Amino acid sequence: MCQVDEDYHDQLEHADAPSVSKKCAKCKEATAAVVIRAGDTYCRDCFKEYFIHKFRAMLGKNRIIFPGEKVLLAVSGGPSSCSMLSQVQEGLSQNAHKKLRFLPGIVYIDEGGAVGQSVEERRRTVAELRALFRATGFPFHIVPLEQVLDLPGSVVTVAPSPSEQPASAYKAAVDHFIQSDGGSRLTPQEEQETSHPDVQESHTQSLQQLIGSAKTLTAREDLLSTLRHHVLVHTARTEGYSKVMLGDNCTRLAVKLLTSISLGRGAQLAQDTGFSDSRYGDIILVRPMRDYSAKEIAYYNRMFTVSSVFIPGLDTMATDKASIQRLTESFVTKLQAGFPSTVSTIYRTSEKLQTVCRSSSTADLFDRCLLCMCALDTAVEDASAFKATQISEKLSQTKSPGAPRTKTQRQIQAPVESESTAPSRQCCSSGGENCGRAAAGGGGCCSSAKLSETTNLKSLMCYSCQLTIKDMTSVERLPQYILSEAQRRQRRSQMREEISEFLLDEGDGGD
Amino acid sequence: MATEHQKPATQQQQQAGVSSFTLVIYEQENFQGRCHELTGPSNNLQEAGVEKVGSILVLCGPGAKKPGNLQTQRLAMPVLCSSCAEKRAALKRPKTGHSLCKDCFFWAFEEEVHQTIVAAKLFKHGEIVGIAASGGKDSTVLAHVMKLLNERYDYGLELMLLSVDEGITGYRDDSLETVKRNQQQYELPLKIVSYEELYGWTMDAIVKQVGLKNNCTFCGVFRRQALDRGAIMLKVDKICTGHNADDVAETVLMNVLRGDIARLRRCTAISTSSEGDGVVPRCKPLKYAYEKEIVLYAYFKKLDYFSTECIYSPNAYRGYARTFLKDLESVRPSSIIDVIHSGENLSVRDGVKMPVQGTCNRCGYISSQALCKSCVLLEGLNRGLPKLGIGKHHRLHGKILSQQPLTEKEERKLKAVDF
Ligand SMILES: [Zn+2]
Ligand SMILES: [Zn+2]
Ligand SMILES: [Zn+2]
Ligand SMILES: [Zn+2]
Ligand SMILES: [Zn+2]
Repeated sequence: MCQVDEDYHDQLEHADAPSVSKKCAKCKEATAAVVIRAGDTYCRDCFKEYFIHKFRAMLGKNRIIFPGEKVLLAVSGGPSSCSMLSQVQEGLSQNAHKKLRFLPGIVYIDEGGAVGQSVEERRRTVAELRALFRATGFPFHIVPLEQVLDLPGSVVTVAPSPSEQPASAYKAAVDHFIQSDGGSRLTPQEEQETSHPDVQESHTQSLQQLIGSAKTLTAREDLLSTLRHHVLVHTARTEGYSKVMLGDNCTRLAVKLLTSISLGRGAQLAQDTGFSDSRYGDIILVRPMRDYSAKEIAYYNRMFTVSSVFIPGLDTMATDKASIQRLTESFVTKLQAGFPSTVSTIYRTSEKLQTVCRSSSTADLFDRCLLCMCALDTAVEDASAFKATQISEKLSQTKSPGAPRTKTQRQIQAPVESESTAPSRQCCSSGGENCGRAAAGGGGCCSSAKLSETTNLKSLMCYSCQLTIKDMTSVERLPQYILSEAQRRQRRSQMREEISEFLLDEGDGGD
Repeated sequence: MATEHQKPATQQQQQAGVSSFTLVIYEQENFQGRCHELTGPSNNLQEAGVEKVGSILVLCGPGAKKPGNLQTQRLAMPVLCSSCAEKRAALKRPKTGHSLCKDCFFWAFEEEVHQTIVAAKLFKHGEIVGIAASGGKDSTVLAHVMKLLNERYDYGLELMLLSVDEGITGYRDDSLETVKRNQQQYELPLKIVSYEELYGWTMDAIVKQVGLKNNCTFCGVFRRQALDRGAIMLKVDKICTGHNADDVAETVLMNVLRGDIARLRRCTAISTSSEGDGVVPRCKPLKYAYEKEIVLYAYFKKLDYFSTECIYSPNAYRGYARTFLKDLESVRPSSIIDVIHSGENLSVRDGVKMPVQGTCNRCGYISSQALCKSCVLLEGLNRGLPKLGIGKHHRLHGKILSQQPLTEKEERKLKAVDF
C-alpha cells in the first residue's frame, strides 16, 4: 500500500546549523551567551530571567500550590530535579511580589539497593547529596527504597482529597498571605533532617529479589518506578506534605509519553505526563519543570553552577533494545537530533489529553489499579485490543476444556524451554486458565493456589500493570502492603457479591 | 541484561541441520526478542545475522528422522500443538507465543477475525461488501478469510473485490494479475477502477506533468478517494480494507510524533461511519491481526500474493514510526496490541480544537476545506498548475470554486515544478 497520505514533509524541518547572532534577542544589547533554538539567543542575564520567570509562570498558571502549603521536592540528584531545587531557592529569595509562598522540603529516594550499588557507594552518594541539601536550609528526608518493604496498605488506597477549592479561594489565600506575612522572611524550621537509617542487608536482599523477579528490564523499570512513587507518597503523607514536586522536564516527558503509549498506558497518559496528578487523592504530584527542555536545563546548570550528582539507574549500562523505556529514549533522542521539533510536538500532545473521568478523586477503590493507582482500563467493550488479546490467548490453548489431557502430553511441550527456566515459570508465564487446570490435573508445574493468586491479582490491575506482572516469575515477592491490600479488595468484592441483591445504588461501594 | 545463557549454539545447530529440523534462535530468553530461523548447517552464526542467543526453539518437519544422541533428543523433542495437544506444532504464534499446528493456527486466526467482526458489528445481513484488493498479502488474506467466514457463519454478504488501477506502466501489472487470479480462486466478482476512468488522468500522465518528486502526494490522495468513487459506482454498501494491527499501531505512533491529535483520536476506530455522500463506510476486519501472522497464514495456506511495497519513499514520519514499532515488538512482542490499546483509551481534553469535518463543495467527499484535496489536485492538473495541490493554497479555493481566473503572479507560483 502506498502510505504517502499527507505531505507533512514541510513539517520536518531539519536541524539547521545554529545561526550565531552576536546579540541577545531579548535586550538587544548584551552579547548572546546561549542559543536555545534557532533565533532564540539570550545573554546571561536575560537567560536567567527567562528561566526563573518560566518556573513562576508555570506555578502561577496552574494555581494549585497554595501559600503556606508544605511541598515536598523529589530530588533524584539529576540535573533536572537539582535545577528545580535551585529554582525554589531562587523563588524564595525574591522580593515579596515575586516570591514563592510555599514551604519546601526535600526527599531523596536512595535506589542504590535496587540497582546493585555497594553499601560504600550508596554511603558516598548520600553524603554528597546531604551536603547539597543542607546548604539549602530546607528540611530534607533521605529514604532508602528498602522502605517499600515496610509500607502500610494505606499507600495503595486512595485517600479522600481535601474538598475542591473554588478558584476564588486561591486568590483570597494569596492576598491573605501577602498581608499577613508576605514581607517577613520565611524562617525555615529548625534544621530538620531524617537521615538514612542503616539499611539491613536482608532488606536490600529482599528488594533485589523483588526487582529481580521481573524477568525483563522493561518490567523491572516499570516496577521500580511504581515502588518509587509509593515511597514518595508515603513520605509526603507521614511528614505532612500535601504536594510532591517532580523534576520531569519536557524532554523526559516526551519520552515518558511515548513509553506510556508503548506500554499500553494510553488511558493513564494524562496522569503520567500532565502538570498535576491526583491519582493518590490527598497527595498531588506536580511537574513544574515540564516546560524546560533538557538542553535549557543543562545550559542553566552550567552557567549558574547548579550541581547535580550522577546516580546510576537500572538501565545505565543497558543497550538500546534492552527495555521499552530505554528504546523509546534512544528513539526520541535520535529523532530530536534530526528534527528539533520532535520533543515539543510530542510534548504538546500531552497537553491535549485528559484523564478518563470516572467519578474523579472519589472513584471506587475497585476501579483503581492495585499498582499504579490509576482508574482501571480493562472494563472495555468487546471490540477492543484487550478483548482481542484474551480471545487469542484462549484460542491458542486447548479448545475443549473438558478434553482429557495427560500429564505426558503436557510435559512433552515443556523441554523446549531452556534449562535455566524454572519449571514454574513456563507455566505461569503462559498465563492462561488451562495452565491451572493442567496443574490441578497432576502436571505439577505450579500449585494452583499460586496461580490463582496471580490471576486474581491481575484482575485488580490496569492493562499495563498486568503486562508487568506477566513478566514476573512470581507475585509472592511483591511487598506485603500490596498483597494484603489485594486480599482486602478481594474480600470486599466477595462481600459485595453476596449482598449485591440488596444494594440499591450499584456505584456506592461504601469505601 | 540479566544473565544470558549462552549455549554452544553452533554445535547444536549443526546437528539439527543434519536431520530436517528448523532451528529458531531467539535473542532473548523465553523465546523473545528477534528470532532467526536456520534450516541448514551454518558454521558461523554471525553470518546468519545472529548476534546473541537467548533461547532456541526446534521445530521438526514431518519427515524428520529420529535423532541420534541424547542431547539432540532433548532438544529435538517434538513440540506439540498447545491447542489440540495432538499434532506437532508447525509454528510459534507471534501474537501469543504459543506453538500451534497448522490447522489450529488457521482455526485460531480465522476465529479471531470472526470474533472481531461480530464484536464490532461490522456487517449486516444482505450488505454488498467491497474488499479493497491490491494483490498484496493483507488484502489477499482478507479476501480469503472474508469469503470463508461468510460461508462458515452465514453472514449473508455479497462480496466483491475492488481494485484500483493507477495507470503506472509496469508497476500495477503484476499485482493486478494476482488480483485476477484471486478472483478465479475465490470466485468473487472483481471490479477494477482506473484513475483514468475516475479522474481522467493516469499516474503516468500525472508524473509527466508534475515530475517524480511530487507524485506521491497525488498517488496517496487519489487512491484514498478512488476506492470511494469506485464503491459508489458499484453501489457497494461497505468497503473493508486489509489494514492490520501493525498498520494501526504504526499510525498511532505516527500521529503522536506529528502531534496530530484529531487523527490520533480517529485512527484506532475499526470502522468509519458514513459521513457525507461521497464516502462509503469502511472497516478493518484484520485490525487485531499481526502482520507476521498474516504472512504465516498466507504462507501455510499457499496463498498467492504479490509484494506491493510502495515504490516511492514512504512518509517520513511513518518510516520512523514503523522502525520504532518493529523495535518495540522485538523487545516485547505484545507491543503492537499494547499500542493499539493505548490508542483506544486515549481521552482528549475538552476544548481542544478539532478540525471540523465538512464536505467538499465540488464532489461531496469529506474535507475540512471548501475543496477536497483531490479536487484541488485535479484542478491543478487540468489548469496546468500542478503545484496547486502540493503546497497550502486554501486562499485560492474560493477562486477555483467560482471559476475565477488566477492572477499572473499566482499562476507563476503554481507552474514552476522542480524535477
Ligand atoms: Zn539580554
Ligand atoms: Zn496500573
Ligand atoms: Zn493443533
Ligand atoms: Zn506513492
Ligand atoms: Zn472534492
